[in-house]
Amino acid sequence: MAEKKFTGVAARMTPRRGRDLTLSCAAIAAILLFTHFAMQGFILDAYLVRILNMCATYAILGLSMNLVNGFTGLFSLGQAGFMAVGAYVTTILFLSPEAKGALFYLKPMEPFLQAIQLPFWLSLLVAGLVSALAAFLIGFPCLRLRGDYLAIATLGFSEIIRVLFTNMQTVTNGAVGLKGIPPVVNLWWSFGIMALVIVFIRRLMRTSYGRAFKAIRDDEVAAESMGISLFKHKMMSFVLSGFIAGLGGGLIASIVGSINPLQFRFILSYDILMIVVLGGMGSVSGTVVAAFLITAAKEWLRWLDNGFSLGLFRVPAIAGMRMVVFSVLLMLVILFYRQGLSGGKEFSWQALIDFLGKPARRDLKREEGGKKT
Amino acid sequence: MSILRCENLVMRFGGVTAVDDFSPHVDPGEIVAVIGPNGAGKTTAFNMITGVYKPASGRVFLEQDGQVTMRDITGMRPDRVAALGIARTFQNIRLFKSQTVLENVLIACHVRVRSGLFGAEISWPRYYLEERAMRERAMALLERVGLQDAAGEMATSLPYGKQRRLEIARALATQPKLLLLDEPAAGMNPKETEDLTRFVYDLRGQMNLAVLMIEHHMQIVMDISDRIYVLDYGRTIAQGTAAAVQANPAVIEAYLGVEEA
Ligand SMILES: Nc1ncnc2c1ncn2[C@@H]1O[C@H](COP(=O)(O)OP(=O)(O)O)[C@@H](O)[C@H]1O
Ligand SMILES: [Mg+2]
Repeated sequence: MAEKKFTGVAARMTPRRGRDLTLSCAAIAAILLFTHFAMQGFILDAYLVRILNMCATYAILGLSMNLVNGFTGLFSLGQAGFMAVGAYVTTILFLSPEAKGALFYLKPMEPFLQAIQLPFWLSLLVAGLVSALAAFLIGFPCLRLRGDYLAIATLGFSEIIRVLFTNMQTVTNGAVGLKGIPPVVNLWWSFGIMALVIVFIRRLMRTSYGRAFKAIRDDEVAAESMGISLFKHKMMSFVLSGFIAGLGGGLIASIVGSINPLQFRFILSYDILMIVVLGGMGSVSGTVVAAFLITAAKEWLRWLDNGFSLGLFRVPAIAGMRMVVFSVLLMLVILFYRQGLSGGKEFSWQALIDFLGKPARRDLKREEGGKKT
Repeated sequence: MSILRCENLVMRFGGVTAVDDFSPHVDPGEIVAVIGPNGAGKTTAFNMITGVYKPASGRVFLEQDGQVTMRDITGMRPDRVAALGIARTFQNIRLFKSQTVLENVLIACHVRVRSGLFGAEISWPRYYLEERAMRERAMALLERVGLQDAAGEMATSLPYGKQRRLEIARALATQPKLLLLDEPAAGMNPKETEDLTRFVYDLRGQMNLAVLMIEHHMQIVMDISDRIYVLDYGRTIAQGTAAAVQANPAVIEAYLGVEEA
C-alpha cells in the first residue's frame, strides 16, 4: 500500500517538476533570508518596511476579491466593508483596557468590550470570523441577485457598515476613530499571511469546489444543471473572501496605527478592484504582482500630487493627481489587455525561463543563421 | 413503474403558450423521442422537467430509489433535480469555456462529492480517494465517447461534433437515471450521426439508463426510439411507436410534410 503511494508520487516527479520545486524552495529561502535581515534593519529602513507591509496586505485584499470576482464570476464591491469590520474588531480586541479608556473620552466604551484584551493573532482570527459572519449575513439576500445588482447591493452594504461604525459611539468611538494601535505587524506577519492565503487559494482552485466556482463563472445555467447549487457555492466563496478581507483589514489597522470610518469609503474597494483587474481576473500571481506594483507606485508617484514641470509648462499641485494616473492606467488595461498583466495565467518557472531565455535564443539563432550563409 | 411521469405541463411566455398540456412519461430502459417543428416547445418542456422553468401548471414526478411512490419534483431547483438523477445536454452547447475537457467532466462529478470544502483543501484521505475515483470515472467516460486523447485540451477548442459528445459525457458524470438530450446530432456529419445513434442505443443497455431526446434527424428517431411524442405549437398532436407516428396524417401534415418541402 505504502509502496504504491510512493510510486504515485515518484511518477509525478518529472525532471521539470523537480527543477520547479528546487527553484521554488530557493526563492522562498531567499525571501526568508531577506526578510530576516530586513527585520534587523540591515537592508530596509522603517519606511520601506511599511510599504512592503502595505504591498503584502493589499495582495491579501486583492486575493480575497479575486476569489469572488475573478474565480467565481460575481461582481462584488463590498471589500471596504469587510475590511472595516476586520480592522475594528482587531483593534477593539487587541488594544489594552487603559488605551481604550483614554480614547473614549466623548462617551465611555461598553465596559464588556473595554475589558477584553486578546493577543494579536487571536484578535486577527476573531476579526476574520466576524467578517466572514458579516459576509454570510449580507450574502443571504444579496447572492440571489445577478450581475450589477450584486455590485450595487454590496457597495451599499459597505457604506451601511461605515455609517453604523460612525454612530456606534460606545463601541467604535464614532467619527474620531481609534488610535495608538501597536505596530505589531512586521514582515513576518504580512508576508506570512499573504503566503498562507496564496497557498490556500491555489490549492482550493484545484479541488472539486474550486472547479465548481469556476464552472459558475463560466456558465451558471450549465453549472446548475450539472448539480452545482449556485447559492451554496457562491456563499462559500463569498464567506471565504469576507474572512480573508477581514484579516487584511486587521493588518492594515496595525500597520497604519489608527483607524476611523472615513478610511473605509467605497473608494477603497475601487483601489482593490484596480489591483484585481490590472493583475488579471482569476490569476493569483497576477494579483500579487499588481498589488506590489500599484501599492509601491502609489508611494513613489507622490510627487505627482505636488505639481511638476514638463519643460516649459508647469503642472500645478493637484491633490489626487496620482489617482487620475492610475485610473487612466486602469482604462488602458481594460481597453487593451482585458486579461490583465498576467493574461489570466498563473506564474510558472517555465514561463519565466522562456521569457528570460528569449533574447539569448534569438542571438543564438542569429549566429546560426550567420554561419549558414 | 415509470422513471419519469409528467402530468399536463403548461408553460406560457407572455401571451404565447409554448407548451400546452404535455404529459410524457419514460419507462425504465426506454428511449423516447420528442419531435416537432422549430418553436414547437420541445426545449421548453425539457426546461420544465429539469427545473429551469417552473410550469404554469402541471406536475413532474420522478421515480425514487427503493420506493413505490414517485417524487413530485415540480419546480425544484435544477441542481436538486440533477442530484436526484436527471441529467441533460443543451441544444446550443454550454460547455465550461475556461476549463479543459477533463475538467468539464470532473465538474459534473462534483454533485456526488461528499467531502466538505476544508476536507478537500487539505486533501483529507476521504477527499483524496474521492478525487482519485472521480478522475478515473471521468477518464472512463471520456474513453466511452472517444475523447480520452483530448482530455487536457480546452473544451472550446474541440470541433463541434466532439463538443456535443463531451456534453453527453459531462451529463453522464452526474450519474443520472434519466438522460435528456436536446438535439444531440445537430451540426454533426452523417458518420458522426451514425456513431451517436449507436452510442445512445448502447448506453441504455450498458448504463441502465432511460433516455428522453429531442431530435430532428428522423433517421435516429426512427432507428432507436421506442416511442415518440410529436409536438406542434405546444400541443401533442401524436404519440406512439415510430411506425404509428409515421403513419399519422396529422404528423405528416405538421412535421414530416415540412421536412419534405
Ligand atoms: N425564455 C423564453 N422567453 C420567451 N419565449 C420563449 C422562451 N423560451 C422559449 N420561448 C418561446 O416558446 C416557444 C417554444 O420554444 P422552444 O421550446 O425553444 O422550441 P423548440 O425547442 O421546440 O424549437 C417559441 O415560440 C419560443 O419563442
Ligand atoms: Mg429547441
